[in-house]
Amino acid sequence: MKLSLRGKRSSDKKAKNNKSFDQAKWIRGFTIAAVLIWVFYAFVVELLPYEVASFFQKWMPASTVNESLVWVICALGLNIVVGYAGLLDLGFVAFWAIGGYTAGWFMSDFFHQVNFHLGSTAPSSQNGIHISFWGVLIIGALIAAVFGVIIGAPTLRLKSDYLALVTLGFGEIIPQFFYNGENIGGFNLTNGSKGISPIDNVGLFGKTLGPFDLDWKYLIFVGLAALMVFISLRIRSGRLGRAWLAIREDELAASMMGVPLMRSKLSAYAVGAVSGGIGGVAFATHVNGVFADRFSFAISIILLAMVVLGGMGNVWGVIVGALAISWVNATGLPAFGDTVNAALGTNINFPSYNFLLFGGILIFMMLYKREGLLPESRLKELLHETDDASTNTGGH
Amino acid sequence: MARSSTRFSARLIIERFSATLILLLVAVWLGVNLVKSPSQFFQASAIGISNGVLYALIALGYTLVYGIIELINFAHGDLFMLGGLFAATFIAVWFGQDSPSSVGYVVFFACLIAVMGFCATINVAIERFAYRRLRRAPKLAPLITAVGVSFVIQFIGIRWNGSGPKTWNSVLPSGEIIIAKVHIPYTTLISFLVTIPLLVLMTYIVTKTRRGKAMRATAQDADAARLMGINVDKTIAFTFALGGALAGAAGLLFQQTRGVTNYNLGYQLGLIAFTSAVLGGIGNLSGAVLGAILIGLIQGLNDGLPIGLGQQWSQTVVFSILILLMTFKPTGLLGKPMVEKV
Repeated sequence: MKLSLRGKRSSDKKAKNNKSFDQAKWIRGFTIAAVLIWVFYAFVVELLPYEVASFFQKWMPASTVNESLVWVICALGLNIVVGYAGLLDLGFVAFWAIGGYTAGWFMSDFFHQVNFHLGSTAPSSQNGIHISFWGVLIIGALIAAVFGVIIGAPTLRLKSDYLALVTLGFGEIIPQFFYNGENIGGFNLTNGSKGISPIDNVGLFGKTLGPFDLDWKYLIFVGLAALMVFISLRIRSGRLGRAWLAIREDELAASMMGVPLMRSKLSAYAVGAVSGGIGGVAFATHVNGVFADRFSFAISIILLAMVVLGGMGNVWGVIVGALAISWVNATGLPAFGDTVNAALGTNINFPSYNFLLFGGILIFMMLYKREGLLPESRLKELLHETDDASTNTGGH
Repeated sequence: MARSSTRFSARLIIERFSATLILLLVAVWLGVNLVKSPSQFFQASAIGISNGVLYALIALGYTLVYGIIELINFAHGDLFMLGGLFAATFIAVWFGQDSPSSVGYVVFFACLIAVMGFCATINVAIERFAYRRLRRAPKLAPLITAVGVSFVIQFIGIRWNGSGPKTWNSVLPSGEIIIAKVHIPYTTLISFLVTIPLLVLMTYIVTKTRRGKAMRATAQDADAARLMGINVDKTIAFTFALGGALAGAAGLLFQQTRGVTNYNLGYQLGLIAFTSAVLGGIGNLSGAVLGAILIGLIQGLNDGLPIGLGQQWSQTVVFSILILLMTFKPTGLLGKPMVEKV
């Protein structure tokens, strides 16, 4: 983790020093950091003495690195909706679930009634729909985008706080649909609380990657994360991104200036949802299944905490926030708890403190550092536009 | 220009049409069920209304706070949960009451006062330390803070109650009266007996007292209210206290009538209550009560009727109502049309 943080921060600094954003530089920095981590986990860890290797196994196992990358992908998507367009989305877990179930449907034996194969690694004698991982990524992204538009459409006319509630409603409905989807008019659509497992292996350059081929999957996940970074940065500097920023800063003024509110907002939802869908597919292959009860409101909030901690609107900040929080959530807190308990002879259940931790992060960031750890310069000014005499106590 | 106006009216017609269609479908569903099994229908309605009364107490807290500072107080549902935990601790642990008795009734009413004070204090403290500092900040900030506060309160709930549900014995009498085959437990009647005076009292405070006048003035225009010599900070704190007290009462009633406490109850019921507040027209007090009873009724009917989606879809039904409402009538049943202040 430390390695990756350093690598990404340095590329961030480079980006900032160079006001006219130099694309080649972040790509170089990102690639160097990614490859270093890959080399480390794929080759170096095995050569290390036992103590050092077990230290890494405890504090920074390869599976946590991969999981963190999934969180990064999703957090980048939420960043587009919340950070760029300023639309608070409290139901982002819905897209994650949709992506996950796309993988469950199209990469497993689940629909055993049919036998359909398309570039999959599964043997053709297996029943079910088996589409290649790359195809499912695209399908998942498309389905999620469609749902992004469906979820976005009713919220377009709403004020920000109502909008948060509607997205939250969808974030509750969609996982509940998957949870109860065992019997939709007599048809088992989602296998209910049992979930869909296992998921097909991923094919990469003739290799077949199962759930434990973490090193190669890391490369795939890093590539997907890089794709999301690229999309985020490119769109942001384009016409659509500028429209989002304008909407975020002042919706009324933006519409007066001819920014098409409806289209811009819907595309924010759609683009954000795409990354949620991609993250969902990636996560399904990572844990080798989809399980409905995983998709809880807490996921939406953890994603929001990542975006808020890192700095809304700043891609690098969001990456740092996502890596940090997902590491704490998956490994850091339990490992820290084990260490403390072993050292002091106590028996404190540290993972149970994560509610306090994430709630605390949200509160303290909002009270004291609203723009996040790595603030985006434009947003910083916006969020500190406080003592505006023309606004009343209710805010604006 | 002309094109956009025709498009607008076309949209309006589609909206009207689909709204009517949805209402019609609901009416057909109710009618079929009523004909098929009237006793079940009325039983489900009775359960629904008794739930609705509870939702009303929570929904009022949302509506009061929204009315005055335009904040969806996400943590409000969790405050209700905390009220339930406090009531359980107060009655069963501190006073050791776990069966109906005359001492139990006295403790119940003592607990009602105590839990209202407890939740009011916590709500005021949350306002003082978190929301007050963000009053002039962009809207996203207090909303995210409220989500954070909700998480912190849930953490307190886990520490207090454990990570699973706990069941409690009630000190309220456990019998029921039967009116025309409809079973109404005494606990439901007691919920009514507690809730209705509270609602009357709150309406009195808001509409008749000086404090209530100050609240209404602050809700209309905080800066103008301040110029008129109203202590806006104090008024807002008072509003939070009022909402908190009602949530506390709801917590006690829930704990005593359902006998369950769990750290995530607040999140679920809070969302339902918020939906109720929106259904009635957020910011409108009688709207919140009306919306809550309607939501309780719809939920009760959905869960209890022979032709319905059943309990597992209960949340989905409520959230679908929320989303449909937001799409077709964001102002709610009794709300005034919103005018954007620029």
